[in-house]
Amino acid sequence: MTVTVSMTLNGKKVSAEVEERTLLVSLLRDHLRHTGTHVGCDTSQCGACVVHVNGKSVKSCTLLAAQADGAHVLTIEGLAKNGELHPMQEAFRDNHGLQCGFCTPGVVMSALDLVAQTPDPSEREVRGWLEGNLCRCTGYHNIVKSILAGAKAMRKGG
Amino acid sequence: MTDTGIGASVRRKEDYRFLTGKGRYLDDINLPGQCYAYFVRSPHAHATFTIASGKAEKEPGVIAVFTGADIVKAGLGGLICGWVITGKNGEPHKAPLHPLLAIDTVRYVGDPVAVVIAESHAQAKDAAEKVEVKYEPKPAVTSPTAALDKSAPQVHHDAPGNLCYDWEIGDRAATDAAFKKAHHVTKLKLVNNRLIPNAIEPRAALGDYNSGTDEITLYTTSQNPHVARLVISAFIQLTPEHKLRVVAPDIGGGFGSKIFIYSEETVSAWAARELKRPVKWTAERSESFMTDAHGRDHVSHAELALDKNGKFLGLKVSTVANLGAYLSTFATCVPTYLYATLMQGQYTTEAVYCEVKGVFTHTTPVDALRGAGRPEATYVVERMVEQAARDMKMDAAKLRRINFIPSDAFPYQTQVALQYDSGNYAGSMDQALELIDYKGFAKRKEQSKASGRLRGIGFSAYIEACGIAPSAVVGSLGAGVGLYESAEVRFNPTGNVTVFTGSHSHGQGHETTFAQLVSDKLGVPFDNIEVVHGDTARIPFAMGTYGSRSLAVGGSAIAKAIDKIVAKGRKIAAHTLEAAEEDIEFLDGNFTVKGTDKKMDIASVAFSAYVPHNYPSDELEPGLDESAFYDPANFTFPAGTHVCEVEVDPETGTVDVVKWAAADDFGNLVNPMIVEGQVHGGVAHGVGQALLEGCQYETDSGQLLTGSFMDYSMPRADIFPDIQVVTQVTPCPHNPLGVKGCGEAGAIAAPAALINAITDAIGTSNITMPATPEKVWRALNAGR
Repeated sequence: MTVTVSMTLNGKKVSAEVEERTLLVSLLRDHLRHTGTHVGCDTSQCGACVVHVNGKSVKSCTLLAAQADGAHVLTIEGLAKNGELHPMQEAFRDNHGLQCGFCTPGVVMSALDLVAQTPDPSEREVRGWLEGNLCRCTGYHNIVKSILAGAKAMRKGG
Repeated sequence: MTDTGIGASVRRKEDYRFLTGKGRYLDDINLPGQCYAYFVRSPHAHATFTIASGKAEKEPGVIAVFTGADIVKAGLGGLICGWVITGKNGEPHKAPLHPLLAIDTVRYVGDPVAVVIAESHAQAKDAAEKVEVKYEPKPAVTSPTAALDKSAPQVHHDAPGNLCYDWEIGDRAATDAAFKKAHHVTKLKLVNNRLIPNAIEPRAALGDYNSGTDEITLYTTSQNPHVARLVISAFIQLTPEHKLRVVAPDIGGGFGSKIFIYSEETVSAWAARELKRPVKWTAERSESFMTDAHGRDHVSHAELALDKNGKFLGLKVSTVANLGAYLSTFATCVPTYLYATLMQGQYTTEAVYCEVKGVFTHTTPVDALRGAGRPEATYVVERMVEQAARDMKMDAAKLRRINFIPSDAFPYQTQVALQYDSGNYAGSMDQALELIDYKGFAKRKEQSKASGRLRGIGFSAYIEACGIAPSAVVGSLGAGVGLYESAEVRFNPTGNVTVFTGSHSHGQGHETTFAQLVSDKLGVPFDNIEVVHGDTARIPFAMGTYGSRSLAVGGSAIAKAIDKIVAKGRKIAAHTLEAAEEDIEFLDGNFTVKGTDKKMDIASVAFSAYVPHNYPSDELEPGLDESAFYDPANFTFPAGTHVCEVEVDPETGTVDVVKWAAADDFGNLVNPMIVEGQVHGGVAHGVGQALLEGCQYETDSGQLLTGSFMDYSMPRADIFPDIQVVTQVTPCPHNPLGVKGCGEAGAIAAPAALINAITDAIGTSNITMPATPEKVWRALNAGR
């Protein structure tokens, strides 16, 4: 059985017919070819697949595509505008907050939700928030620095 | 130093694509007409089996089901181990067949028995459940020491007693004699816990066959695509080397686990040719847990002999190393030449002896993982030294100091084969003590005590052998390959530069550091340099990335190619400027006639080389494009001291890492920002090993109990303090860049430092990794 899923993806209306059991991450990657969102595990632990659904960070491997029907979905591809990085992306580049880059899209999307809720997080708050994101490269050190710097830049930006 | 040259913390070129979701990792690649492979795996650690695939073949979307018999029929060989270890008995190690798909016996949970290929991943996975495998389970053994027992189940009939090799290094008689002179002998049994690598990108492969040219292209998550091509072609005999292209695109972390040539990648390439369609396989995380080569898993007994002043007289180590069910690509050398050769540590220990038994068990193959042998060696040496200091009631830093190889003693010939090239171990110790505020420790301990917590401090003065390696040396020790690296530096006619390197980048930032190197040495703007890696059709034959070798070996190859570019450019400039070649100076991108203002920039030289209208054509070929291979003269020897402090909650056994000071010597630095990042990541890996990570098999059944991120504890952001990093520079004397390597240092140093801190805090050495709250609590309450 298939089901038609329509959503607003990074500001554009999209639609696809998928098997009912299709996960949101699979819809994004395999059907809509938005491969910036990654899959790093099969138990919803690693956080490489974090996207925003209606403004909240969600692990897109835990949601059926059909559950996102009608939703506004924002992925890593939707952050930069006209080639200019979002302040959070810029902060990751400035602070060497990524190495292999595989966990990065999920970490950035997760960080943006933190800052939306807590515009001026403490280091401990950032470290605690990252409970759902695994990184094997950075030891999290520069990810934490990046998020603090990104939050600061976003506060300045209004 | 320019702001993009050697020594500058340049922001990385690769980050824009990674931060915008435009990285191209393996599973992001899709080819028209591709189908999907799913592997059927053994649920038993040891069993004989028969298999029938007829039902599965009739399932919706199924294109083919292949078993071990099909692989045999196709004439493909088994997976190989590329390093021959010669044992005490003068015999080579035992190398039982490692089939791509198991034939009649499975030897670990996850051993592949069949592959189902279907139109979609879901269909392949569904149909895999219909493959009928009748298993007859047999007794299994998972512990390396238990596997040596006479009554243990046998993993391979052609490896009696489960022994792969019994090997030794060092002078046993001299070491025994040293122990006879001892004032004190420190003894410990040390277990180096088994780790699962868990790069966040799972392994994956996409095979593609072109029937018009009879060529196979294999896209694969590899740290060393040419090594994969060589093994798949020359040993597995899939297809001749010139008909196989291996592409390793953006790779989401390796840590060693993507060095090796595995079954799934090879089968995907073969199946693509069989079916004349692209075949894609992407591991699920549970498959990564079961099949990515694991790391460590040693049991050692060590003895350190000291004289009455604390001088180290002798070190004796006996180790049993778990190699798993089959030999992975470099499994044999990790617990031997990458391990026991580091037992000298940073010390003048007069006699050193180490023996290692490599053992087969019914577990996932074990091979190199970040540090590979050197974390295990450092754990032995540095726990022994710390324990000796406590036994002798000496300050742990002072005991190390009186035994350090002095900085004027280099080159230093160790008792275990290596010759250290340069170092200043006391210098790193000074830096570490200052960074951690060693003098203030007693006060901090008191403060912790006042709040009911036990504070401890631990050291790890590590050394590693990196930049592997001089080909002649490793060849004499049993390596089946040379370990040089290659590079090509190509000027394009318009003056920008493409660099082709054999060093694959999977997080290390080569696209940035190598561009810095070229920009610095050729005076070409950083943004005009592109670094290409990871495709056997584009780069020269190369050995790839592991053992912290990229800059020391790969970077040196680039430096050699740059020298050739400058030499040729000088001739072209001399011709154009009508001067003698020896009068031409090259500086900051300009060829200048000495003592004049006549000059020509290197872009103009490049243009002249490609549009050779006014050109010394009788002497020079057109073009400005040079290749080089660099075979190192020696290993490099990064070293340093890490010190950490912990607070233990005696009520719960919880360990908080509260301070970390890393003082490292990596020789010259090209990009300090990237170097620090490598140290952070390495320390995190080592902290993971010491506090959280530990692969567990159920003893009798051989079931993998830690088979997901829900069961295997990975380091998360909230367990780390601010990691403070400082470096000193003792340049490597034998490579053109004076660099040593930094990718593994943290993982090598950290476990010993952390366990030394915990044992200091709780006042007993009887603790094993990972030091979970339960273990720490039990150690604290042993008498209760």
